[in-house]
This record gives sequence, structure tokens and C-alpha cells, in this order.
Amino acid sequence: MSKKKKKIGSTVFMVLMMLFLYAPIIYTIVFSFNEGKSLTNFTGFSLKWYSKMFANKTMMESLFYTIACAVLATAISTVVGTITAIGLSKSRRAVKSVVEQLNQLPIMNPEIVTAIGLLMLFSAIHIEKGFFTMLIAHIMFCIPYVILSVMPKLRTLNPNIAEAAMDLGATPWQALTKVIVPQCMPGIISGALIAFTMSFDDFVISYFVTGNGVSNISILVYTESRRVNPSINALSTLIVLIITVALILVNVIPSIASKKEAKLAVDKDI
Amino acid sequence: MKQFRKMVYPYLLWSTVVIAVPMLLILLYAFTSGGNSVSKFMFSLHNFKRFLTDKTFLEVLYRSLRIAVETTVVCVLLGYPAAYIIAKYSEKVKMRWVLIITLPTWINMLVRTYAWTGILQEDGVINSFLGLFGIGPVTFMYTDFAVILGMVYNFLPFMIIQIYTSLTKMDYSLIEAASDLGANPRKCFTKVTLPLSMPGVISGITLVFLPSVSSFCIPRMLGGGSYVMVGTIIESQFLTASDWNFGSAISLIMAIIIMISMYITKKVDKGEKLEAINA
Repeated sequence: MSKKKKKIGSTVFMVLMMLFLYAPIIYTIVFSFNEGKSLTNFTGFSLKWYSKMFANKTMMESLFYTIACAVLATAISTVVGTITAIGLSKSRRAVKSVVEQLNQLPIMNPEIVTAIGLLMLFSAIHIEKGFFTMLIAHIMFCIPYVILSVMPKLRTLNPNIAEAAMDLGATPWQALTKVIVPQCMPGIISGALIAFTMSFDDFVISYFVTGNGVSNISILVYTESRRVNPSINALSTLIVLIITVALILVNVIPSIASKKEAKLAVDKDI
Repeated sequence: MKQFRKMVYPYLLWSTVVIAVPMLLILLYAFTSGGNSVSKFMFSLHNFKRFLTDKTFLEVLYRSLRIAVETTVVCVLLGYPAAYIIAKYSEKVKMRWVLIITLPTWINMLVRTYAWTGILQEDGVINSFLGLFGIGPVTFMYTDFAVILGMVYNFLPFMIIQIYTSLTKMDYSLIEAASDLGANPRKCFTKVTLPLSMPGVISGITLVFLPSVSSFCIPRMLGGGSYVMVGTIIESQFLTASDWNFGSAISLIMAIIIMISMYITKKVDKGEKLEAINA
């Protein structure tokens, strides 16, 4: 009896927990289809906030800047992070520990501290605040995470394989691209995914280092939240959709790819 | 393989410029006065003096620490049972729950916080629900409650996942051994499970306390324009008052407080471990 009671108790607790975590998201999605302007009374179904959102130039611009910045920052930080991680795995301990200490700073510091540091750096070297500074900042905080997710893969790698490739006549570049990189692909992909979502969701650092009318979605939501604007709900729903699709793709594509590979292998055997 | 070593140098240069130099700039500005130009600085402790002697600033500091501590305590109290329950589920159900807990953290924090502004309004969902029982309307928005709720909502998943990870890493034969040796379930929990899951609790505390103490968008959105925390003061020093020297000094004070509290948490954890060993 008491065991059963305990089980019911824990189920109720977990259901409430789920409700707490998902209620606001569902609330936003529901009210994005509201006909009225109210954020509290649902008066009827309509898509008017979506058409208003697509007609709103600032919203579309910030959506564009967010995606452009996330794509560029992910691409650059994944390439640079991977190259650095491979270099680090062969480096002397002193160099390694210097880089690791430097990487710890943006991870351990409160975001606002990193943000004001960058703001002062850009002003000290007279770079005008805008999309470029935002991109630089995003690359800066993404690379440490890419390095952190590639390094463990490199550590498990057999160093003799690259050595063997070069003994058999591969150039260092070939050894790098044909041997080392393919073997740490899972780490690189997860690093890229972390970088993309970090950049896509960033608020604090972007808020401090951007300017000249360039803003991303987070900044837009922050500045618009002071007045009632249901288009924000529509935009939020769009973001939830984008992130959900991205997560599904990341989880589904590898399994489809591996299935295809398996199928190809089977076909070849036949 | 030595040829690959050179691949580190570009990043070494890059990280020196964009990571190390900004930190040095904060130090430089914090200990100088006289405007935002780097070229004409003078050493002074004026900024620290101003912060530590002004009562309003100290009150703000106290409020930030109190809100962060309360958020952390609520996260432990809610997060531990949740992690414990998940860790007891079967392998398949476990993975599903980990996904359920982590999924919302992938969605933009501002978007999720914004959603609460509608829910917590005087005529919002919670107040209509309370109204059914004849309670209210209760003012939730622009109170400590709303700010703590917003922080717990955003940071709770980190706490749950940290504790969950340390609970699943635990060696369950130890609990069996304890109960074989005559410990009742309560004693098994307090003497075996709880101490062994402490590392997870500690890293969970770090992951919740750090962003809570420095947050400025949650207090602004749910606490309103006049709700001041350390993060919001730093923001206004840089973006509206443009007193970078003072802003840098406050950030430095905040960073030091965070470091000290992290150090204490780790020390307490270690002390408990030593005690456990001695006992």
C-alpha cells in the first residue's frame, strides 16, 4: 500500500514538473493564434499575428541576423575549434594548459562580465558596433565549446594510424583530412550543434556588443516585452518550430545515414 | 606529428586578443577613474569605495545574493526529488525523462521568460484559476516571487541533470550492502545515497547560483524597470550611464563574490567528505 502511494506520489510530482516546464511554451503557442490583442483572454482563432510578424521589417531583419550570425559563427568556430583541438593534442603541456585556462574564462565567467569586456575591447580598438562585432563575439564564445567536445574524441584516437598514413606516403594535409578528421566527426558534429544553439539563443553578449540597429531575436524579445505585442508570441512559436525541427534533423539524419550506409553495404555484398 | 603543433598558434593569438585582453581591460577600468578613454587613466580605488560605502548599492548586492540563494535552494528542493525519481525509472523511461527535462533549455531563454509575463498578469491564467476558489487577484508580476520563479524555471533543468548524472553513476551495491547490514531505507538514503550524490548537487548549485546572481534580463522582464539587481546596475552603467570605470568595478566585485562562494561550496563538500571518512 505505502509503496503504491509512493509511486502515485512520484508520478504526480513528475507530471507537475513537466507542466511547469512546458506550460509557458504551450501558452505562447496558443496565444500566438489569438484573435485579440490580449495576452490573457483567448477570444478566437486567427493567423493575424503571423501576417503582422512577416510584415514587420525589424522582426524579419532580426530573424535574418540571428540565423546569419548563427550559421557563420558555427561554421567558423567549428573549423577553427577542430584545427586547434588537433593542434592541442600534439602540443606541449605548457601550451595546452595556457589555451585551456583561456578557454575556461568565457565558460566560467558570468556572461555579463564577458560581454562588458568585449564591449570595452571593441571601443578601445575603435571597431564600430554592429553585425561584425556580434559575429566576432559569437565566434569567441563558441570555439571553447567546440574544442571541449572534439578533445575527448582525439584523446581516444590511436596516434599510430595518422603516423602510418604518412609513412605510406600521405601528406600531413591528407593525414589530417582523410584520417584524423573523419575519426573525430561525432565530436565535431556535437560541437557544431552546441555552437549553433549557443549563438542562436544568445542574449547577454549580443545585447552589449551590437549596435547600429542590428539586433537578434533575443534582443528584440527583450525590448518588445515592455509593451503588449502578440507578434512576439508568433515569433516565439516560429523559434520553437525552428529549434524542434533542427533537433529532430540532428537526431534523425545520422540514423538515416547509417541505415543507408548499411543498405549500401548489403547491396554491395549482393 | 610535430607539424600539427603549429595549428594552435592562430587560436592562441585570437584568444589572447578576444579573451585575455577584455579581462585585463575590466581590471584596468575598475582601478582607474576619469572616463572611458584608455589613453588617460589614473590609478584609483574610488569606484570600489563608492560601491562599498553607498547604502543603496549594498542593498542591491544583498538583494541579488538573497534572490540567488533562494533560487538555488528552491532548485535543490525541487531538483533532487525529480532527479531521484528519474534515476529509479527503467532505462528506457529514464532517457525519455532526460529528454523531457532538457528539451525546453534548447529554446531561447528570453522567449520562455516572456511567456511568464502573460501567465502571471493580474487577469492571467493563474489568477483566473485562483478566482474559481474566490482567491485573489494576487499580484505576481514585479515581485520577488516572479523573479525567483523565472530563475527557477530557467535554471532548474541544469540542477536536475547534474544530480541525476551523479545518482546514475552511483554504485547501487553500496545501498544493498547498507540495507544488508541493517540500515533502514531512511538511513540508506541519508548515509549512502545523499553523500554519494553530493558532487552532483554541488555542480548543480554552481550552475544555478552563477547565472542567477548575474542575471539581468529576468529581473528586468519579470521584476519590472525599478527592480534593481547587480546585473541590472552593471547594464545601466555601461549602456545608459556610461560610467565604465564604476561598471567594471561592480563586475569585478561580483566576480570575486562568485569565486568566494564557489570556493566555500567546494570546501564544505570536501569537509563533509573528510568527516564521512573519519566517521
